[in-house]
Amino acid sequence: MLLIHCPYCDDTLPELEFAYAGEAHIARPADPSKLSDEEWRDFLFIRTNVKGVHAERWRHIHGCGRFFNALRDTVSDRFLTTYKAGEARPDVQTLEAAE
Amino acid sequence: MSDPVSALNGAEFHGLIDVADAGLTGMITLRGNLGAAKAKKAVKAVTGTAVPAVGEVLGSGETATAWMSPDELLLIVPYAEVAQRVAKAETALAGEHAMVVDVSDARAVLTVTGSDAREVMAKLCPVDLSPAAFGKGDFRRTRMAQIPAALWMTESDQFTVICFRSVADYAFALLKVAAQPGSAVGAF
Ligand SMILES: [Zn+2]
Repeated sequence: MLLIHCPYCDDTLPELEFAYAGEAHIARPADPSKLSDEEWRDFLFIRTNVKGVHAERWRHIHGCGRFFNALRDTVSDRFLTTYKAGEARPDVQTLEAAE
Repeated sequence: MSDPVSALNGAEFHGLIDVADAGLTGMITLRGNLGAAKAKKAVKAVTGTAVPAVGEVLGSGETATAWMSPDELLLIVPYAEVAQRVAKAETALAGEHAMVVDVSDARAVLTVTGSDAREVMAKLCPVDLSPAAFGKGDFRRTRMAQIPAALWMTESDQFTVICFRSVADYAFALLKVAAQPGSAVGAF
């Protein structure tokens, strides 16, 4: 079982308590009516689908209920780090250098 | 007015440990900025405790304050006094962006008591319930098999478990199965 660190509970807890919630850092356009159909489609549906380090949202649904972000390697399923919603995406090189 | 009845209506099970309906329990959800002076005042006025830290429950038995999330507390009070204590919290929070709601009848509360209580809970919840990792004063929201639950220890051999009222029967049935006589594992 995966163990995931909730930055709000500040505890590393079993995956069973969490729910995946899609790619992180996708900002909703401030004025959707100004967008072309293609731009709106891209916002709604087009995702990076990376092979490697992916920034994604998770929710501690069976715990504090909060959404937070994580960097996870989609090849190894390893979580590099998790961070609170609203915080900038951590730099992968800095994280790896720290290990 | 009709008489309020708890979801499990006094149900009890005696097996490896005792599972029982805790009966009508007053529960108030308080949401807002927990660091605000008014929030601290409201908690003091309702349960008499300080604002608990992350994963902590303060107070005991009938009157307690539990940490639910960074902006949410659960205030446990005697059932008959909920309305008056909600009013106290609202007075203390006047002018503050906060929410106080009586959730007593939306939930069910059970007690799990006995020397193997830790073991029975550990069969159902993905939580380290060893005495070194979890004890009195710790509060944990998690899942119990298929449902969300919250638990803490009210005595050294007793857990209090909260779940949604609509799944009270399921929770009771789960605990009965986990507490079948002869099902001790001896993990702790
Ligand atoms: Zn959490």
